[in-house]
Amino acid sequence: MELFLQQLVNGLSLGGIYALIALGYTMVYGIIELINFAHGDVYTLGSFFTLTILTLFGIQNELHGAPLVAALLGIIAGSMLFCGVVGVLIERLAYRPLRNAPRLAPLITAIGVSFILENIMQLWQGPSPIPIPTFMPDPTYTLGGVTIEIKQIMVVTLAIVMMIALQLFVYRTKIGKAMRATAQDRDAAQLMGIDINTTIAVTFLIGSALAGAAGFVSGVYYGTTWFFNGFNAGLKAFTAAVLGGIGNLAGAMLGGFLIGLVEAFGAQYISDQWTNVIVFSLLVLVLIFRPSGLLGESLPNKV
Amino acid sequence: MTLTGPRKLWASLDPRLKGFVILGLCAFYPLFDQNPAHLNFLADACTFILLALGLNIVVGFAGLLDLGYAAFFAIGSYSYAMLASGQFNIHIPFWVMLFVASAIAAIFGILLGAPTLRLRGDYLAIVTLGFGEIVPQTFLNLSQWTNGPNGISALDQPVLFNYRFGLQTLPYFYVGLALVALAIVVVHNLQDSRLGRSWMAIREDELAAAHMGINTTKAKLSAFALGASFSGLAGVAYASKLNLVSPDAFQFNVSIFVLSMLVLGGMGNIYGVIAGSFLLSSLERFILPQATIFAHDLGFSQIDFSNFRFLMYGLILACIMLFRPAGLFPSRQRAAELTAGKTDETIAAHEQSMYTEAIE
Repeated sequence: MELFLQQLVNGLSLGGIYALIALGYTMVYGIIELINFAHGDVYTLGSFFTLTILTLFGIQNELHGAPLVAALLGIIAGSMLFCGVVGVLIERLAYRPLRNAPRLAPLITAIGVSFILENIMQLWQGPSPIPIPTFMPDPTYTLGGVTIEIKQIMVVTLAIVMMIALQLFVYRTKIGKAMRATAQDRDAAQLMGIDINTTIAVTFLIGSALAGAAGFVSGVYYGTTWFFNGFNAGLKAFTAAVLGGIGNLAGAMLGGFLIGLVEAFGAQYISDQWTNVIVFSLLVLVLIFRPSGLLGESLPNKV
Repeated sequence: MTLTGPRKLWASLDPRLKGFVILGLCAFYPLFDQNPAHLNFLADACTFILLALGLNIVVGFAGLLDLGYAAFFAIGSYSYAMLASGQFNIHIPFWVMLFVASAIAAIFGILLGAPTLRLRGDYLAIVTLGFGEIVPQTFLNLSQWTNGPNGISALDQPVLFNYRFGLQTLPYFYVGLALVALAIVVVHNLQDSRLGRSWMAIREDELAAAHMGINTTKAKLSAFALGASFSGLAGVAYASKLNLVSPDAFQFNVSIFVLSMLVLGGMGNIYGVIAGSFLLSSLERFILPQATIFAHDLGFSQIDFSNFRFLMYGLILACIMLFRPAGLFPSRQRAAELTAGKTDETIAAHEQSMYTEAIE
């Protein structure tokens, strides 16, 4: 039982990271119906940004008090901004010119951009995993035999706060309304005076910023990063988005946590060699039996 | 433009025949160059041409994005490694294995395609991406059968009428050429068949194709299975020549490598794809190492251009789609489709050129 609860905690914190990435996938897919393959690599870029800032400021040891808060807030904000800008640039340079091209073209471009980012990161930081200095004290709490790290609480809290903020943004602000309108019918939205280029750019900005936050969190949580991290994480986060119902924000969150749990329990009770296979089989099963996901509505084919 | 003499004769030839003439000329190549490294390269290039032609059926003809094509290549190679070696003491002859492995690969294509091909095209891309990731991992994990990371070695060598191929490169080069010739015939016939036309209809507009009475699921599934079977052939040729099969030879990079060949050469155009494949193979094997040596001679000893090759494939995929979506050697029909979203001027220019060609 303790083992079960422990894996529940681990799975939820793992799921928090997937959920943050999945939000970006689901937003972009919701608005322009493109699987942004580069999204996973933007997430990796976030962890590299964290590493670079820590190295730049020579932070090697644990911080306490005000410096810790400043470092946490500063790096997470920086990482979100940096990744957000990268996301907007990718959209502007690679996806916007192909917005009206046949579907195959932007998909191939997206996988190309993903490959470019991965290899730039590999040339920049080398092909092996790199440790990220631990600057955050990590007291652990024990509750009835289950160990909970402060980092894990941070991951889950951050994911939930971000999702609520996003939900409010999309449903309560004017630009959020523009996003929903563009997602529903781009041409009609344009006719209503919505600047769809800006709206789509904002979508990429927010989605990629969330990936940046996830990159920061994963860097702190795992204490290591690797140029190829985004490939697997991206695949799982996309599965999470599909599981929750693509285009649905709460669904992405739910899917992210579920995938995290599946991975944690799969590693515990089956074998950690097979987690990728399990998650992937789950994706195929969802696509067969419930392609609209847990919370999504089924959409008719657009003509 | 009127052609005269040999050019007219060439233009009047059936494209299949043209292919054979070129391949026939290639068959004489070893008379002039016995360098085993070069022949080895050519044999490998044939394997990749086979892969590119197979992927072209899926991506080029049917317009389905398969990002895990290397998985079928792995399945073909491992089929040979398990069924023609001392691993389980099964020794099926090479020539039989060509059929067996392509059938196995096709079956896996159907197994993967059946649940996913009913869905929208982009889901297929991500599912194949995942499939490409887990197949090598499965071969890695099932170490009691596959020897895990070490792979399976000491595979059977092909024997043709008592002639043992052994570890020479020359016979593999000829087998590669023969397989490419076979592939060209099959692909041409498919392209001109009822099935081929329904693939292209699906590629252009799936909904319209379905309404015209095409069973789109069946057509897509056959594209997937046929494409996979080509990589089964390639896998057997590859495994028997290398004499070793290990999981790290079938990573995601390989799928992207083959996709770049297609995109560079021109999706849907058989000879464009072959040219793209040959170009990228030689780039990887000769041009980049030579460029590195040249840079070292100039005193830039830090530079190794081979490190940039994957970056280059990414750039090829993105830049070609952005600036020349039909590839270097476009098929006319595909060019028209892929520029459809562009400005009216390009379409007008294109129609004008088609019109002029038609008049001539």
